[in-house]
Amino acid sequence: MRDERLSVRAQVLLWTAQRISAAVLAVCVIVHLITVIYAVRNGLSAAEILGRTRGSYAWAGFYAVFVSAVVVHAPIGLRSVLAETFNWRGRSLDIAVMATALTLAMWGFRAVYAVFA
Amino acid sequence: MPEAGFPPPPASRIPPHSRTLGVRVWRGTERSGHFQSFEVPRLESQTVLDVITYIQRTLDPMLAYRFACRVGMCGSCAMTVNGRARWTCRTHVDKVAEDGRIEIAPLNNLPVVRDLVTDMSGFFDKWAKARGQFRGATTRKDDFTRVPPASPARRLADAAIECIGCGVCYSSCDVVAWRPDYLGPAALNRAWTLVNDVRDTDNRARLAAVAGDAGCHACHTHMSCTERCPKQISPTASIAGLKRAAMAAAIKGDI
Repeated sequence: MRDERLSVRAQVLLWTAQRISAAVLAVCVIVHLITVIYAVRNGLSAAEILGRTRGSYAWAGFYAVFVSAVVVHAPIGLRSVLAETFNWRGRSLDIAVMATALTLAMWGFRAVYAVFA
Repeated sequence: MPEAGFPPPPASRIPPHSRTLGVRVWRGTERSGHFQSFEVPRLESQTVLDVITYIQRTLDPMLAYRFACRVGMCGSCAMTVNGRARWTCRTHVDKVAEDGRIEIAPLNNLPVVRDLVTDMSGFFDKWAKARGQFRGATTRKDDFTRVPPASPARRLADAAIECIGCGVCYSSCDVVAWRPDYLGPAALNRAWTLVNDVRDTDNRARLAAVAGDAGCHACHTHMSCTERCPKQISPTASIAGLKRAAMAAAIKGDI
C-alpha cells in the first residue's frame, strides 16, 4: 500500500514555514492596521488612497509580502484544523489545502495588482 | 510530669453537618456505564484514594480501581476527580470536594477496562514509539560517563526526569483527544530527557520518531499537561525543546 502521508521532514518544514510566516504576519498586520486607521481618521477617499498606491513599488512590495505570508500561513493552519476536527488525513487533505493556497494567492495578488496598476 | 505518649488529636476541622461525603463513582465501561452514588464517612486528612478504598472494602467489593504505592511514586492511581485528572493518593478531599461532594471517573483519552481502571497499554506503547528507551555506546567494562550536574543539557534533563507515568497529562491533553495517533505529553517529555542525555546515541532516529503531525509539532501549547502534572513537570517546555531540535534537524536534512 502506498503511504500517502508527507514525509516527516516535509511535515516539520511546513511547521517551520508556518512559524516564519506568522512572524512576518505579525509585522504586516500592525503596519496594515496603522495604515487603515491613518486613512480612516484622515478621511481619505478611495481615489486618494489609489493615488498613493498606484505606481508605488514600496506599497506593492509590502502587500506582496503580506499576501505571500497569508498564502503560506493560512493553508498550513487549515490543514491542522481539518485533520483535528474531521479526522481528514492523507493526500486528499494536502491537495485541498494546496488548492486553498492557490486560491488565496490568486485573490491576494490580484488585489495587490489592482491597487498598484 | 505529663504522661508519655502521643499528643491528643487536634479538634476536628470538619464541620458537624458535613461528616459524610457524597461520592459519585463511574461504574461499567466506556460504552455502557453510569455514576453510582455512595455516602462515605469524612475523616481528617482523607485522600480521594482513601475514599475509593473505603467504598471497595466496605460498601462494594466489586469496585475496580488501581493503586500501588499510595505515596505519589508509582503513578498508578490517577483518575478524573470532579472533571480533572489527578493523582488520587496525594489529593486531599478538602482540596477538591465541592459542597461535600466528589465525582470520580476513569482517566480520559484511554479505553476503560472497568469502573475506574483504564487500559494504559496505548499510553506506554507511545513511549516506545517515541524511542523512549536509552541507547548507549558503552559496555559494562567501560568507566562511568562523567556528566557535570550543572551542564545545560543535564539541567534540561533534570527538569523533565521525575515523570512517574501516571497519565494525568495524557488524559488532560486536547490534542490527544483530537488526534488519537498523537504521541502525547508524557512520551514526548521522556524523549526530551534522552535528547539531553549526552550518553545516548539514538537521537537522530528519536527526533525523526517524535517530529511531525503525530509528534511534537502537533502540540498547540494549551499547557493543560503542565498545569495538571502532579510532579510539576512542564511537558510543554519539553515539547517546545523537541520542536526546535527537530526543526534544526529537518533543515539540516538529518531527519
